Amino acid sequence: MNQALETQPANYVLVVKKDCPTCTLIEPVIQALARNSALSLKVYVQDDPSFPANLDGVIDDSSLEYSYQAEIEVVPTLIRLTDGNDAQSEESRIYGWDKEQWQSFTRIEGLGAELVNFKPGCGSKTQDPGMSEVLALRFGKQILQARSVELAEAEDIMEACYDRGWSDGLPVVPPTPLRVMRMLNGSARDAAEIVGKVPPDNVPCTIEKIAINAVMAGCKPEYFPVVIASVEAALQDRFCMHGLLCTTYFSSPVMVVNGPITKQIGMNSGVNALGQGNRANATIGRALQLIIRNVGGGVPGGIDRANMGNPGKYTYCFAEDESDENWGSLSMDRGFGRKDSVISLFAGDGLQPVLDQQSRTPHSLAKSMAMSLRSVAHTKLFGIADAILVVCPEHRRVFREGGWSKEDLRKALHEELVTPGAEIIRGANDIAEGMPANFKDKVLNKFRDDGLHIVTTGGTAGMFSAIIGGWVASGERGSQLTSQKI
Amino acid sequence: MQSTTTLLDPTAELQTAARQLLPRLKSIAGLTVGLLDISKPRGKEFLDEVQKHLEEAGAKVKRYSKPTFTRVAPTELTQQISVECDAVIEGLAD
Repeated sequence: MNQALETQPANYVLVVKKDCPTCTLIEPVIQALARNSALSLKVYVQDDPSFPANLDGVIDDSSLEYSYQAEIEVVPTLIRLTDGNDAQSEESRIYGWDKEQWQSFTRIEGLGAELVNFKPGCGSKTQDPGMSEVLALRFGKQILQARSVELAEAEDIMEACYDRGWSDGLPVVPPTPLRVMRMLNGSARDAAEIVGKVPPDNVPCTIEKIAINAVMAGCKPEYFPVVIASVEAALQDRFCMHGLLCTTYFSSPVMVVNGPITKQIGMNSGVNALGQGNRANATIGRALQLIIRNVGGGVPGGIDRANMGNPGKYTYCFAEDESDENWGSLSMDRGFGRKDSVISLFAGDGLQPVLDQQSRTPHSLAKSMAMSLRSVAHTKLFGIADAILVVCPEHRRVFREGGWSKEDLRKALHEELVTPGAEIIRGANDIAEGMPANFKDKVLNKFRDDGLHIVTTGGTAGMFSAIIGGWVASGERGSQLTSQKI
Repeated sequence: MQSTTTLLDPTAELQTAARQLLPRLKSIAGLTVGLLDISKPRGKEFLDEVQKHLEEAGAKVKRYSKPTFTRVAPTELTQQISVECDAVIEGLAD
């Protein structure tokens, strides 16, 4: 220790790795600095403690703990401390090799005179792909609060997830702390933030719990903001997630995603958009279902009383085809701009085709679609179930070429579906089911105001549109389509 | 390879982290209870006594036995018991 000396030695810390050609280039400089009694130098090496050669006291930082805490991004990094005993007392730092800069920083004339003037450094090992979350878990602030579940040595990891009831029936990705950290990095939201209370148990749900379930669903971190938005939408009062979960009817959340994010994360709005095969579509929809199951406690046969359910209760999520700029999107109908990324949740059922390969005029096609829309829930039940009409691109083309806008289509469908009550009351047409008798002298519309939504998706070949029927408790007494900006 | 794995609990943590048992029956009256003899000596005499008590409590009893105590029950047998019974008691030792 040289504290007694009149001139305090300058204190430096150097971080290097042998695998970096710049670090090996400056090996003689490091040795010269270490020999210089006018300064004290601590050398941390990230990969090979025998580097630099012929140097005592090199500190092995292969755990990267120091490099992580000191936020080293480039090697070599040379740090000047104001207090040699306090690693936090950083005064300033330089990195890479710049001869003049090193000479003035160390106040040693002629340092490394024999070397090239300049050579940039390499990435610190802390910057290796995937390393930041590993190091954050090991050395960073503890941000994961969820209970740890330690598996026994003999347990199969996949089976362990089934055994604990975490699965919807399909395999889940085991939610290890590292995967959850990576998921959390897909969003800037604080892991501890509570998004809301998830029914049916009405349990506060943190961003972390959403991340754990998103991992299990198979999401990539870049999908995470969409998953969070889907939970925020589901927890809005107007969506009525609790009732939707409990119903004996088929319905469950159907998710439509709009805006630039659909392209950014590679969602499918084309061929087979409502089918299998696209990771984003499949896993975003599944994540919400797993959150309802695991956080909310909504388990089939428990609070979930659906008599049949529908296959979309595994996952039901797709992107809208927004390639026609003259045709408004669902999110624009809900008051958002085309540049906004938005997820909309609809309490819906399976998919019913509307095949029409003959209509070449908007008028004929609209009548055709209206006739199919009558069958939502039951042909004689009006105003109780909303619907999404999923218009395929070829059908959209028929409307566009005929000069119709989406609003023209909506108006025509409304007019076509207006029906005298006498035709659909209970007992009419020898069918007991129908509207109550007091509607006999009224004129009814199939859908309540704001009860018919129009979305475009699908491949460019096939004149097949589709109907997603809604929950028979649609509207203010039950569920309404709910949009959430991502 | 790690020898142990840590997972993060995806649930609301309202229940213990250990694997949950299936729900227990509140009563066995009128239900069918299987008695699985693992085929060790004197198992029959022991299970006869158990059967008597179960029947007094109002349960119907079905008897099964494993081919040998040295191996786990064949899948066909466990499936048969799960279809035919509401509960099962396995005679484990002599």
